[in-house]
Formats: sequence, C-alpha cells, structure tokens
Amino acid sequence: MSDGAATSPNDGLDGFEPVIGLEIHVQLSTATKMFCSCPLSFGEPPNTYTCPVCLGLPGSLPVVNARAIHFGLMIGLALECELAPRSSFHRKNYFYPDLPKGYQISQYDEPLCRGGRLGEVRIHRAHLEEDAAKLVHVGTSGRIHGSDVSVVDFNRGGTPLVEIVTEPDLHDPVRAREWLELLRTTLRQLGVSDVNMEEGSLRCDANVSIRLGGSVALGTKTELKNMNSFRFLERGIRAELARQAELLRAGEPVVQETLHFDPQTGKLSALRSKEEAHDYRYFPEPDLVPIQIDEDMVAAARAQLPELPAARVERYESEFGLTAASARHLAFRVELGAYFEAALAELARAGDGHGGVDAAPVQIDPAVAQQLANWISGELVRRLGEEDPADSRVAPAQLARLVALISQRAITAGAGRQVLDRMVQQGGDPEGIVETEGLGAIASGDEALAGVVAAAIEAHQGAAEKIKAGNAKAMGPIIGYVMRETKGRADGAEVSRLVRAQLGLEN
Amino acid sequence: MSDPIALSAAEAASRVHAGALDPAELFDAYQSRAAADELNAFTWVAEEPPTATAAMAEGPLGGVPLAVKDLFCTRGVPSQAGSRILQGYEPPYTATAVERLEQAGAPLLGKTNQDEFAMGSSNENSGYGPVLNPWDRGRVPGGSSGGSAAAVAAGLAPWALGTDTGGSIRQPASLCGIVGLKPTYGAVSRYGMIAFASSLDQAGPLTRNVTDAALILGQMVGPRDRCDSTSLEFPESIELPTATRLDGAAIGVPEELSGEGIEDGVLRAFEETLHIAERLGATVKRCRLPHAPHALSAYYVLAPAEASSNLARYDGVRYGLREEAETLLEMYTRTRRDGFGAEVKRRIMLGTYALSSGYYEAYYGRAQRVRTKIVEDFRAAFEDFDLVACPTSPTVAFELGARTGDPLAMYMSDVLTVPMSLAGVPALSLPNGMSDGLPTGFQLAGPPFSENRLLDVAFALEQAIDFDAVPARA
Repeated sequence: MSDGAATSPNDGLDGFEPVIGLEIHVQLSTATKMFCSCPLSFGEPPNTYTCPVCLGLPGSLPVVNARAIHFGLMIGLALECELAPRSSFHRKNYFYPDLPKGYQISQYDEPLCRGGRLGEVRIHRAHLEEDAAKLVHVGTSGRIHGSDVSVVDFNRGGTPLVEIVTEPDLHDPVRAREWLELLRTTLRQLGVSDVNMEEGSLRCDANVSIRLGGSVALGTKTELKNMNSFRFLERGIRAELARQAELLRAGEPVVQETLHFDPQTGKLSALRSKEEAHDYRYFPEPDLVPIQIDEDMVAAARAQLPELPAARVERYESEFGLTAASARHLAFRVELGAYFEAALAELARAGDGHGGVDAAPVQIDPAVAQQLANWISGELVRRLGEEDPADSRVAPAQLARLVALISQRAITAGAGRQVLDRMVQQGGDPEGIVETEGLGAIASGDEALAGVVAAAIEAHQGAAEKIKAGNAKAMGPIIGYVMRETKGRADGAEVSRLVRAQLGLEN
Repeated sequence: MSDPIALSAAEAASRVHAGALDPAELFDAYQSRAAADELNAFTWVAEEPPTATAAMAEGPLGGVPLAVKDLFCTRGVPSQAGSRILQGYEPPYTATAVERLEQAGAPLLGKTNQDEFAMGSSNENSGYGPVLNPWDRGRVPGGSSGGSAAAVAAGLAPWALGTDTGGSIRQPASLCGIVGLKPTYGAVSRYGMIAFASSLDQAGPLTRNVTDAALILGQMVGPRDRCDSTSLEFPESIELPTATRLDGAAIGVPEELSGEGIEDGVLRAFEETLHIAERLGATVKRCRLPHAPHALSAYYVLAPAEASSNLARYDGVRYGLREEAETLLEMYTRTRRDGFGAEVKRRIMLGTYALSSGYYEAYYGRAQRVRTKIVEDFRAAFEDFDLVACPTSPTVAFELGARTGDPLAMYMSDVLTVPMSLAGVPALSLPNGMSDGLPTGFQLAGPPFSENRLLDVAFALEQAIDFDAVPARA
C-alpha cells in the first residue's frame, strides 16, 4: 500500500465517517525512574536496574520523580493544556506478572494536564504513570499463548510515562498518522523523550468507530493496540475501518473490544474478551501525597519551551506564505526547517528576494520562498533521504543561490537538478558548476535553439501532424528531443512557443 | 550486680553509659530468655550477639536490645509479617525505623509474632501460631502486635517495636499491662514496614513504662524520611517526661467512647484514673466525638480496601511462596489460597468489593467522608481540651478461641482505638489497674505532634497510679 495514495483514505467506506481518537504513551527521558532512583535502562542485561521499590518488594514505598513532573508540565504547556494546581496519583489494580505490585501507580481524577490542543486535535488529558516491566515469552510465537516459559525483565518497570489522550477529532487514517508525527516532533523538540515507536518510547493505541456521515452520535468503538510504527498505525486503522464498515453493511453490530494488530498479516484479532474485562478498582494512592503545582514550577517549565512545530507551521504560512503542506513538511522535520530558514536568510541578505538589498527586514517574495521550500522538501530530500542537510556538502547559502539562478531564469529547472546532483556529490558553488558544465540557460531568441527545434520537428513528423490537428499533448517527444540536445538548458515554455511558431500555429 | 532483666530500658541504658553495665551481657541475658520463649512471642531470635559498636556503648539507646515486629523488613533476617506467604523471606534492606534505632544503639534481639499482615486483635491470625498472654496463658495477648506486647510484658525483651493501624499497639499493650504509643501519622517512616493499610499504619514503641517510650520514640522521629512521601519532620525533639502535677491540663472524656459495651472492671479502673488526674490538678469534663460511633464501620471499609491492593504483590512471581501450576491464573490462585489465612482472605474480599466499580462511592467514598468527619470531631475537641481520654480496650484479655468464630465480635476489640487511627492523632495506652487478675489500659490522645504532652501527662499519671503488677516470669 502506498502511503501517499492519491485516492481519499476513506474510499470504500460507503459514506460512513470514521471517528478516531488516540491514546499515546510516551516514555520520559528522565535520569531515573518514576518512583525510585534506579537509572533508566537502555538494553542492559535483564534485572540489573532494579531496587526494592521498582521490584515491588514488601515494605518499599514510591517517591515521585520531580523531573518527571517538570517534563509533564512542559508537555502540558506545549499541548496548551490546563495545568492542575493539585494533582494526585491513583492505583490501578490488576494482576499480571509484569506488574510487580499488583497495581500500576497512575493518575485518575486529578491528572496533571487537562484539555488542550495540538493542531486540529483537542487533547482530553495528559497524565503521569509508571511503565510495566517487560515480559519475555520464551517459545515459538513470541506471544504469551503458546510460549513455553515467560520471564520478566524489571529494568523497564517504573520508567516514567506520560499518557496523552486525544478527543475523537481525527477522521481519516492518514491524518491520524500525520498528527502523531506532529506530536512526535513536538515531544522531540521539547527534549522530554526519545519518541521512538520501534523502540517503544512512543506507543499509540487508537479508538476507532464509524458513523453515518453527518451523524453526531458516536458509533461503538474498538481499541487497537500494538501498532508500533507510523505506517502500522495508518494500516491498522484503515483495516479496522474497513472491517467495521463491512459489519454495518451486513447489518451486524460492532462489538466493543480490544484488537491486536498483526503487522505481518495486517489483520486484527481480539486481545481479550469481555468476560475478562478488568475492573481496575482505582483508588487514591495512599503512599503518595498530592502534588501541589505552584507558579514557579510552571514558570520553570515554560522557560524551557522551544518554538514548537505547530507554531512554526503557522509562522511559515503567515510570514513566508508557504502552502500548508509545505509548511508542515519543513516544520515537522526540525532540521529541514532550520535549513530552510538559513537558506532564506541568505536569499534576503543577497537581496535576491526581490525586495531590495538593504531593506531590513527584507520581504521575501512568497513565490521565491515557496520555490526554495519545494527544492528543499523535494529535490534535496530526495537526494539526502533521512540525512540532516546541515551535514551534507550543500550549504544553505549555496542552495539559496541555486534557487535564485532558477527563479531568475539564468538556468532551467532541469539544469538546476543536474547542478544539485553535483553539489550533493562533490560540493561546490552553483555558479561555478553552471559555468564549467555549460548549463546556462539558452537565451530566448537564440538562433541555435530555433535550429534545434527545427531538427526536432523533422525527426518527429507524426507528432507534428498531431499537434497541428490540435493535440497539444503530442508536443512531448519534440520537447524531449530539444532538451536532450541542449542538455536541459532550454526553457520548456520557449521551446513550446517555437514549435508552434514553426508549425504555423498561434501561440 | 542486680539482674539486668529487672531494669527498665532507660535504666539499663544509663547504666551502660555510666560503664556499670556491659551491653554484651545485657544482650545475652535477653537473648537467652527470648530463645527460651514459651509464649510463641518470637518468630526469630538472634543467635549471635551483635558486633559491639560505639553506638551501643555511647548511643542514646545504650545497647539495650530491641524486639521488632515481624513486619519490619530487616536485612538478611526473616521478615514474614506473620504470613505463610512470606515464609523464609529475607529482605535485602532494613526498614528506616529499625535502622534509626540500630544507629542509636539498639541492636536487633529478635522478630516478634503478629497477626498475619497485622490483621487481627488477638494474635490468633498468625501463620506461625498464636501468642500466649503472659498473665494467663489461656488468654490472648491482643493484636496485632501481640508478640511484641507479650515479649515486653514477660521480660523477654526490654522494649519492642510494633505497628498500629486501628489499635495494634495500644490494644495489646493494654491486654498485656504495658505502655504502647501510636505516634502521629507520618511521624515515623513507614519505609520497610510491610503494609497493611498505608493511610493508617504507624510504627511505635511498646515499653514497660512511659520514660522508656519517650526514650525510644525520640530516636524514631526527627527529620523526615525521603523514602516515605507521607513522612513528616517532627517539629521538636522528644523529651524525657518529668511532670508530677497536671495543673491546667484539660482532659475531655468522649461520651461515645466511655460507656456502652465496656466491661465494668475496665470502666471502674478508667474512672479511678480520671479521679487521679483531677487530684493531680487536671480538669476532667465530658466531651463529644459525634461521629466516633461510625468509626469502626468506616475503618473496616478503608483498611481492607487498601489491604486488598497492598497484598496484591504476593502473587508467587518474585518472592515468597509459589505453588507451581499449569497456568498463570492457577498459579496465582493456588499460591494465594495456600499462603493467606482466613482473616486475610476475608479482608481482601471485603476490600476488593468496596473498591469495585459501582460500589466504590457507596463504600469507599462514604467511608472517606466519615473519616473526614472524625478528623473534624477531634479537631473540635482539641479546641476545648488538651487531651481526650477513654479506655483502650473495652475488655481485658479474652480467652484463646473465644472470638475466632465471630469476626464482628473480634472487630469490636478495636472500637475505642480506631477513631484515633482514622484521625491520625497520637494516642498512648497506659496500664492503669487490674480487673479479675488481668491488666486494664487507659488511653490518652492529643492533637498531631503533641507526643511530648501525651508522654508528660501519662508519666504523671503513671507515677500516681503506681501500677507495679507484673506477670509471673519464667
């Protein structure tokens, strides 16, 4: 399945509207665990980062990690949440071998953060809790059923988590994925988590339901788990939406249940039946006193907030006039945004923004800014992949000058791509490469170009007849011939104009 | 040299400080008595005398050995909380309270028997057999700190640590004729105390007299323990009591805790002590704790609710008993079936029910509101009175087996001690007489952190009462 499918993500749903809410667990990158002083573990030998507290030994007591509160407040501020002046912990009781105390210390009716928004999605709440230990199922399937022996590694147990719950404001799987990417970038910029889905420091469950378009009431939802990559999230939701639509079409009800996504088959299977539904018996954690959040704590968290992606998207749109898609692409990959802004500064400095040399601040022509953004998100990223462009051979100023050459029609876009190839592979100034490679654009009215066009028509008589008969699309082979002959230095529009003129057609 | 066993702990400590008593000799004297325990008061006794330390010779506790309730974690020493599910469990760390006392010069003499996970009022719920009352071996010593109380009363230990959740220090102290003090909630760290009900559990001393209680309490409180979020810094140091008069002291006697359901002999001793207080200059008046009659009901919702969660960790996965089985659920079920006693199971079920979806508000929520009312009752009483007084236990020690078949009758043993536990205020039980050859107890309670006042008043009363009965010593 192509991720950038041109078709609507909700095709095939027969007018049902998807309603999607996400529950995200984020491992905080504090130095120590949520309720004890054990360091966080990154793949150390099993059960080496443990103590009486995170092993739940008799008599041990939790103590809240102040750094985790600080990170929680930063997240709350970044998500525009209301921060609780008083926040308390509850016990969530259930038996499982990965839960050494028989309960998880979490938050219930007094979460750290309530309400809020990130992009178009409202945040219901964000609260702190502790991670469970890791169960390792020794045996064939890797899952608890069918394994011979299960062993527990308590290194992960007690790692601080923030659980973020959204309102059901998402309506297609692609947006769900894009929104989660925005959240990841936001958290990464806050520096509060590694936010790596494959490694489990970012985990996402989805609550999915469908309803008739225009209906206000929510349908019965299911909860999807184990979608441990952005791609799987999108695929899992897509598969579940299709399954629910099929049920409703067949006149069957959707049953509220938890479903496990299998990335290998793309299928969903029930995780636990209703008979096993948990009654978590939440009650206030008597081993901890409520946390009082004072103004100093909020101010300290606020002081550490960087410019966040959502704000950056807005700025790119309003200040530089970028399209929403382009702004998002640059803002969501922090390093691309930084590169873009450095290149833009160069354009402004050089006075190539068509705004005057010494005027400050220089107004960048939105068309030029957009062109620069397109070259970064398109051509440059295509050549560099995941690499940070700041680490490449292409300095922002050089790319800025390359785009300026193109926007001034000193070279064609096709030639620009060849120049960029050289810059990426060997480095160098765009002007120098244009000169040594002879890639300068052929000036309009150039006699030689008219000759090449004539030769092209001669070589493609059939196409010429079709053009004369009114089929403009037949121009392709003729233009291709000219471009080959001129190494892409000819301007496409000029060539097309010459072809029509030589065929005696109006331009 | 006189028999060191006859010395109070404070007397023994001052002799050690004066160089008149060798702490090793003192330890040996108690060790041999504890090892020969016929009351089943001990679940473990130190075999070797401790390595002599400077603290033992010079520390404030002067090397006077300490008996510690089984539920305190002691590194490398069995800490089983009276439960078979923790049989043989040796923790890798020591509870803060025990550690502080060791550092102050009190070496560990042994671990004392108790009701399983501190759930009981007679010590008959121990997984290691009942403790016998040294005054009458056919009777219970009270509970849950019954082993600690019996050991101190019988001269098997100079003093002991207990814990009090709803009366578990004060009631056995009363039934065994010794002093028991439950400090203000939060005054002593709970770190390393195997939990019964976290919002109520509090460690405290069981001693032969008030001075000993003050001496040892002074080393338990102090700076707050960073390992226990609910612990508090004690605002002053604990002084050894000196009062001989009670002029100006206003003592309130709550109507709700001084009439109905209390044995005649206990009431008679109580009234006599009130007269003594007046004679020493105190004013004694009736007062009200209007919500106290609901305390026991609230307690038997809240404490089991917390216990049901606190005891979830005993699942056979990491430590203690494990009954192997084919499936995880079966392993859990068998382990907990075999490891827990009947009363523990009863309270786990009660607590689980009280927290269940749909019942939470009706039980837990309501009980919490009652608790708030009781806190307010005490606060109001302490606006008019320095202290409140009532009997500690409605009865003297009862016969073994008398109440085991009737949980409600057993729960009634706590009716006079539970209100103070819910309010989190300090309370002390002082032996104040005999009824039918068995000791009675006088309970004093004060506002939070009024321990110095409590000890002072108790000391003045103690001198005037001159309770000098001791059980026959083996």
